Amino acid sequence: MLLQRFLVRLLTMLVTLFGVAIVVFVVIRVAPGDPIAMMLPPGASDDDIARLRALYGLDKSIVQQFFIWLGGVLHGDFGTSISLRQDVLGLVFDRLPATLELATVALLMAIALGTTAAILGARSRGTPIEAGIDVVSGATLSIPDFLWGLVLILLFGVLVPVFDISGRVSPELDLPFVTQFYLVESVLRLRFDLTWDLLKHMLMPAVALALPLAAIIAQLLKQSLKEVLDLDYVVLARVKGFSETQVILREALKNAALPTLTLVGVQFTFLIGGTVIVERLFSYEGLGNMAIDAVINRDLPLIQGIVLVFALLFVLINLTVDMMYALLNPRLRHG
Amino acid sequence: MDEARIARRGLSPRLWLAGGWLVLALLAAIFAPLIAPQDPLAQDLMLERLPPFWLDGAEPGYWLGTDSLGRDLLSRLIFGGRIAFIVAFAAATSACVLGSALGLIAGYFGGWADRIISRIVDVWMAFPPVLFAILLVAVLGTGLSSVILAIAIIDWTRFCRVIRAEAMSQARMDYVESARIAGYGRIGIMLREVLPNVLPSVVALLSLEMGIAVIVEAILSFVNLSISTDDPTWGSIIAEGRLSIHQAWWVLVFPLITLILTVLSFSQFGEALKARFDPVLR
Repeated sequence: MLLQRFLVRLLTMLVTLFGVAIVVFVVIRVAPGDPIAMMLPPGASDDDIARLRALYGLDKSIVQQFFIWLGGVLHGDFGTSISLRQDVLGLVFDRLPATLELATVALLMAIALGTTAAILGARSRGTPIEAGIDVVSGATLSIPDFLWGLVLILLFGVLVPVFDISGRVSPELDLPFVTQFYLVESVLRLRFDLTWDLLKHMLMPAVALALPLAAIIAQLLKQSLKEVLDLDYVVLARVKGFSETQVILREALKNAALPTLTLVGVQFTFLIGGTVIVERLFSYEGLGNMAIDAVINRDLPLIQGIVLVFALLFVLINLTVDMMYALLNPRLRHG
Repeated sequence: MDEARIARRGLSPRLWLAGGWLVLALLAAIFAPLIAPQDPLAQDLMLERLPPFWLDGAEPGYWLGTDSLGRDLLSRLIFGGRIAFIVAFAAATSACVLGSALGLIAGYFGGWADRIISRIVDVWMAFPPVLFAILLVAVLGTGLSSVILAIAIIDWTRFCRVIRAEAMSQARMDYVESARIAGYGRIGIMLREVLPNVLPSVVALLSLEMGIAVIVEAILSFVNLSISTDDPTWGSIIAEGRLSIHQAWWVLVFPLITLILTVLSFSQFGEALKARFDPVLR
């Protein structure tokens, strides 16, 4: 049952990725503007142009180009970036860890913030505290990450300048890192001075990404908690003398969390999508920031590579959440 | 919920504030040439980075101050509202028509139509929306119509998913069966019976989408990919403000407040409409 579900999802995922590949390819090929002409100095001969065209495979038909490119992708060859003249896959892997670290920190923040607000709200249901949480989470939810980023820049970058508002790490620091997972590596190397510097740069973009998701978690989890809190087994725990907070933490939370989990999965992909503009806002050197440069420079191979990696990330997250849901939901586990 | 509470919900101060702001901003945008105190494009380096009216060094007539080229901020915000509202209405309506039509077809007819449309939605959902928007505008070329088209191409799935689910549950209801027995054709039933019943959700989503469209336009002009002319947009003012943040904070603060109020107002409207039409909440 579970295996069958997994295989069906896996197949759907591959179809989706194939669809994404086609869409990106078609969108990019209808782009006006010749990337080759932009690479060469004015006055380059037609011969030079033709030679570069052949080098990048742009002289073949669109269908041929698509399958040549797809064949390469399946072998791990995403082509060469036109603007940076480097291997696309290498460039993507250099930047991806920065984005993953940012998104993960943001996700953890959102879960911590949202769960706290939900428990507080469920504990004080029917009081002005709950109403206050509803109003705040409603407004937080309506304001997107881009605007939160700007608000944070104003508050903590300018008004009370406590955090850095651009970059991933202070440029004057000597970095001993061998991987691009700076945050993880700084902890492993016990270089907590670097960890602190990285976190100081990461905090504001992460909060900007986390706030809307935290608000969604707060609303949904509070709703599920309130439903669970009226059930018999919870009433029993209360009769046994547990405090309301203990009842929530020990009994209600694990049963109320399942619907929230599914939602967090979908919302996490939105969060990762949000890194594109938030990284730009904070000049954070991640994949999203590179993607915008790639679009501005009309760097077709790089755009294709980045979009495909994002899409792969999205479908993998959805697959994981779906499987976790199936594993945790007793009805599906034994069905 | 009893009558009194519904009435109160309809007249809640939040909704009045939201409506008030939108009407005010819309009127200001429509009558921009009459209202704006200065020419929004006029540069005067003698007047660069003037602070807003309550600070020392402010000039009369430049209420919210000027940017680093000496252009009047208030006038630029008022004119920027024109682009924002045009994009909000045009893009949201296009996304709505496209998405609702496909959602209705998928949900009501089911079968192959549903399978194909749902697969396309899956593919669309695997794109980071902001990156997709930037890519489309880069491909279509900058300009107002490209921005509108890009938003419609990306955001139709929001309507499609919701309307599909609604149409699906409507299609199973007795009244649809009765209409069929009464001899109506399938398309007739879809348009005459199912469509009116999903319309409330469509309208609520439309209001939310207008807020989203305003943000997407701001993001596009922030990365300098929206409309290519010198016409001020809220996003381009924000981009300018982000650069001169340490010298002239007001260039960022005022467009930011404008955007936040507009987005909150659109979403308040959407939520209120949803609550109003939702039979469970009602």
